[in-house]
Amino acid sequence: MNTATKYLLAFRDWIDDRFPLIEEWNKHAAQYYAPKNFNFWYYFGVLAMVVLAIQLVTGIWLTMNYKPSADLAFASVEYIMRDVEWGWWIRYMHSTGASAFFIVVYLHMYRALLYGSYKKPRELLWLIGMLIYFTLMGEAFFGYLLPWGQMSYWGAQVIISLFSALPVVGEELSLWIRGDFVVSDVTLNRFFAFHVIALPLVICGLVVAHIIALHEVGSNNPDGVEIKNHKDANGIPLDGIPFHPYYTVKDIPAVVVFLILFASVVFFWPEMNGYFLEHANFVPADPLKTPEHIAPVWYFTPFYAILRAVPSQLGGVIAMGLATVLFCFLPWLDRSPVKSIRYRGWKYRFALTAFTISFVALGWLGMQAPTPLFTWMARGVSAVYFLFFLLMPFYTSTDNDKPVPDRVRM
Amino acid sequence: MMRYFLLIIMLFAGTSAWAAGAAGGGHKFTPDLSDQEALQRGARTFINYCLSCHSAAYMRYNRMGKDLGIPDSVLLQNFMFGTDKVGDTMTVAMSKEDAISYFGIAPPDLSVTARARGAEWLYNYLLTFYVDPSKPSGVNNLMFKDVAMPHVLWELQGWQKPVLLEETGSDGIPVKRISHLELVAPPAALPAVYQGQTYEQIVGDLVNFMVYMGEPIKMQRYSFGIWVIFYLVFLLIIVYFLKKEYWKDVH
Repeated sequence: MNTATKYLLAFRDWIDDRFPLIEEWNKHAAQYYAPKNFNFWYYFGVLAMVVLAIQLVTGIWLTMNYKPSADLAFASVEYIMRDVEWGWWIRYMHSTGASAFFIVVYLHMYRALLYGSYKKPRELLWLIGMLIYFTLMGEAFFGYLLPWGQMSYWGAQVIISLFSALPVVGEELSLWIRGDFVVSDVTLNRFFAFHVIALPLVICGLVVAHIIALHEVGSNNPDGVEIKNHKDANGIPLDGIPFHPYYTVKDIPAVVVFLILFASVVFFWPEMNGYFLEHANFVPADPLKTPEHIAPVWYFTPFYAILRAVPSQLGGVIAMGLATVLFCFLPWLDRSPVKSIRYRGWKYRFALTAFTISFVALGWLGMQAPTPLFTWMARGVSAVYFLFFLLMPFYTSTDNDKPVPDRVRM
Repeated sequence: MMRYFLLIIMLFAGTSAWAAGAAGGGHKFTPDLSDQEALQRGARTFINYCLSCHSAAYMRYNRMGKDLGIPDSVLLQNFMFGTDKVGDTMTVAMSKEDAISYFGIAPPDLSVTARARGAEWLYNYLLTFYVDPSKPSGVNNLMFKDVAMPHVLWELQGWQKPVLLEETGSDGIPVKRISHLELVAPPAALPAVYQGQTYEQIVGDLVNFMVYMGEPIKMQRYSFGIWVIFYLVFLLIIVYFLKKEYWKDVH
């Protein structure tokens, strides 16, 4: 052993005598046993962490030059795009990161629908994940006001005014959120505060809780079999492999593939044809001029389509809220003894396919200017969306599920 | 309360009159930032014809000079006519109050207009001014109905008149619709610098310049991107074999 290694080990031991370094490393990495049969769908957790890191770092650097003021915000973004060294790169990473975050989080959640990852004993893990998702929606909404373009401004105006639909307190509530009678400098300042400090803190805390909860119950897998049911003499799951090094080295290529796709967007298609950066947001916010068509960014459009599909405004707000909250009840709505789609019967497979189509269709409809035909389509598709949840106790308890194997398949 | 309801109703009500009313010019245009001389010509047109009323307040003269290969001395002599320094942004002397009294509206800043409207829209907009005696400026536009802007480029294009087409509307009442525009008064003589160019070429150069101005880094980010992706693909090969090596023992 050479001298350098000796000193490094001594330093590690010095820390370990004062902090449970090795214990924590083993608990969460070197001796955390994950099922060996993870597939494509199991990359999106680590990718969400990568995007979170990108958003935090680029966000800090954007904050160094961004001015949260109604008079200066739009100009400061253009200043970042033109005069700050590599500012355009930092800004495009952040704007692309916002959409990338929702892409990986939606796929991460979809994995849970495929393999029943929300089912016992992972109900709390799922609920913490839902809290992250809700916080992320808030984070994206607050952040979208900051460039102070027309879509930033009118999107915020529309969404905040939704609160005024609530009975009795609605009007006061929307006034309280805005801090003014219209979206203004005051609103921009408080949204900035929420976007750069309050919600990122909450998200980071929840992510830690999500991982602690995951490592407590153990990971699910594409077969939906509990690997803890079959352990060797040392108490190690027979179908488990240490997270480090096996999954750390397996995740790295996935992260690199993700970064290739991410860099392609950042360097070649940062506007993504108006889906990631809306064209109308290159016009500075003008409180006196309503744009002809206000559409939220793509990741909110499924819920926006549901909002517009309901004729009464209050009803629309309730339906939109319900559409997001219903996910929280999945662990109790799903009555099937089987977790994975591999061993589910035709009823759940059919329901999940219908739900998937409805979610994508609502996303598309939410981007279109409403016509009577589109509104009726949105109503039909919304019904499918809600029936997936509301009928779940019935079709999952009577499904012709297949026998589940004892051990995982590779 | 009521105004927000109205706002929501407006949003839900469907396409606006503006979108429905835009007849469109029908000219195809794909921006091209690779021709530096064309961008220089576009910059000259922009500064001579647009920058008197419209600002480009996020664009610095010397940034344009650096990107388009125009030295500071040429900038000062041929592109800058006030007391600005080369590091200044392209602002205008006209005050907002004056602008409103002249045009009824302050001309918008054009720094990022190409990103908001799109290159093809701008190209068609600049090609489709037509004589309309009912408007204060004497012209109207196919892309932007009742636009307040006069036909600033008239000495380069001349004047166009609409050719009307009578149609029977869905309710059986005959309506008149603009079929196309016809050049009725060609320009007497083009200014010397534009000799030999068509109006479409002049406008094409101008729109290319505005696309450049909307995002000065655009051309460079493509070349950065190629290197970044090249590196990541190389890294992927290494980390893939690393993964393969470790996973040999997993069965």
